[in-house]
Amino acid sequence: MKLYEYMAKAVLREAGIPVPEGRLCATAEEAEAAAASLGPVAVKAQVLVGGRGKAGGIRLAETPAEARQCARDILGMTLKGYVVDQVYCEQRITPDRELYVAITVDPLLRQPVFIASAQGGVDIEEVPSKAIFRRPFPLPWGLKPYMTRQVACQLGLPPAVLSSFSDIATKLFSVFRARDAELVECNPLAVVDNQLVALDARLNVDDDALARHPELPRTEPETQMEAAVHALGLAFVQLDGDIAVMANGAGITMATLDALTLFGGHPLNFLDAGGGAASGPMSHALDILVSSRPRAILINIFGGITRCDDVARALVEVTHRPGGVPVPVVVRLVGTNEEEGTALLRQAGIEAFTSMREAAEKAALLANT
Amino acid sequence: MGEKTKVLVQGITGHQGSFHTAQMLEFGTRVVAGVAPGRQGREVAGVPVYDDVQSAVDKHGATASVLFVPAPFLRDAAFEAIDAGIALLILITEHVPLHDTLEVLAFADQHSAIVIGPNTYGICSPGARAKLGIPPNRIFQPGPVGVVARSGTLSYEIVASLSAEGLGQTTVVGMGGDRVVGTGFVEVLRRMKHDAETRCVVLVGEIGGSSEEEAAEFIKGMGKPVVAYLAGRSAPPGRRMGHAGAIIERGRGTYDSKRKALEAAGVRVAEMPWQVAPLVREVLVD
Repeated sequence: MKLYEYMAKAVLREAGIPVPEGRLCATAEEAEAAAASLGPVAVKAQVLVGGRGKAGGIRLAETPAEARQCARDILGMTLKGYVVDQVYCEQRITPDRELYVAITVDPLLRQPVFIASAQGGVDIEEVPSKAIFRRPFPLPWGLKPYMTRQVACQLGLPPAVLSSFSDIATKLFSVFRARDAELVECNPLAVVDNQLVALDARLNVDDDALARHPELPRTEPETQMEAAVHALGLAFVQLDGDIAVMANGAGITMATLDALTLFGGHPLNFLDAGGGAASGPMSHALDILVSSRPRAILINIFGGITRCDDVARALVEVTHRPGGVPVPVVVRLVGTNEEEGTALLRQAGIEAFTSMREAAEKAALLANT
Repeated sequence: MGEKTKVLVQGITGHQGSFHTAQMLEFGTRVVAGVAPGRQGREVAGVPVYDDVQSAVDKHGATASVLFVPAPFLRDAAFEAIDAGIALLILITEHVPLHDTLEVLAFADQHSAIVIGPNTYGICSPGARAKLGIPPNRIFQPGPVGVVARSGTLSYEIVASLSAEGLGQTTVVGMGGDRVVGTGFVEVLRRMKHDAETRCVVLVGEIGGSSEEEAAEFIKGMGKPVVAYLAGRSAPPGRRMGHAGAIIERGRGTYDSKRKALEAAGVRVAEMPWQVAPLVREVLVD
């Protein structure tokens, strides 16, 4: 789960990391009032995607009237598919220099890694590798101050900011650890008169750990369909073709899309029903696919934990409802309890394929005629 | 892991634990004990249940454990197993918090325990009649092919297609679908390199991360033929972990970069899952 900038900053502030003073505003009038008390402000769109500055989502205002105009321009604009409904008005700070700091997890090393660069404030992907310093460390021991001092020296930081850099890095780790973060990032971390201030902040919390963080605010998925699928504990991705796809497991779902594409089919979306899907969520999942108005539906199940008879029962139930399934459904069903599942489908007049290749070919053909 | 490996099941009384204990026994796995706190004295599929791992280990000498424990309790259960001297842990559990995984892996490192997973389907050696995990029993067949994969059902698909073509397997390893797992491609490939019975290896990868690229580096000096299938050539770009994640990957992780890296290491890359078996047959004949 990604947190909005203002939420992330509240968490950092609580941990003792300096952040500029700011107010969350939902209207232009609120922005005007915020600027009246804060002075010159940056008006920043609150969205869960990066690159908002380049896309026009951050504006600078000298006066309350300007802040009002900036907020009016930004509120309601669409940034990478997300509609902006809140802006964060923040006291303006002019940095002497801008750094980058983050803590995330390196999957190959299986450890957290402290990352820093003296070239902050820009898209970090555009910073050359040699200007980025990485210090992996074991999670149970944590990020020690000496490690952060080593990094600070590599960055060439002046002695005057050494100890506050080390202090902020250590506090970032305490946030990372205490909030089960996948990523905590300050870009830029500004140097102003030898003081450090986090001008922007990101905090991504591990979805699998949310249950033990009732103290954190929740950010919701944007579309209704995503929300519906998310509530079922399934993965869903919207694409732009005309065949709805359901499979069980991330790998086989991707392989199914690959096969469809090979035969000239165009996937409309894909729904990964997961390895352990039971028949209840499965029929909801089918409802979601039907409501996406495809020209055909392809279901590819290789049963392991998922049992073929459960899948078949869910499918039969949905097709027997009033309205049923108004488009052709191609099913491929093998694995645990395959015979029972295939028999149930046959009774309902649905023929199941055993070959993934044939099923993908058939679905592509049906959608293209 | 072999036919003599004595196996413990943690979380044996749950829905998945009991079902798959029976399946593992049917496959031939020596499941000697189960653990479920508060359930000592019961039996599941004829296997005695204990309150704690140490008692089960003392009594039955188990050296490997398969964990079906629910995610909130997985960290504690894994620590308990490692503390009791279990040398091989198979973490079937899905949705384990990332920080819990990192803690377990650090503790396992200190005790030289091997961890497969989390979010894995497990490992299987058909010739030794040993399956530690959840794949359907009937997809396997003994033979000369080693299989290592990230994704569960996709490996079943490919293993079943190999068996259907008469191409049996030495060992099939699921590394697990999580971003951080205890055992990666390279560790598994290293073992397969030194396993005399494994004549060729099938690697089943997918877009995202950079473990296939890392595997390609190792394969260059492996001295055994490798066939790969990579899922996701038509999928939209994989999820990004914000900017810091992008630094670690640095332009790696796409289908093209993985394919290029593997082909440069001499790997035959199948375009579709059903092309894996014919390619394996070719490299075995060569």
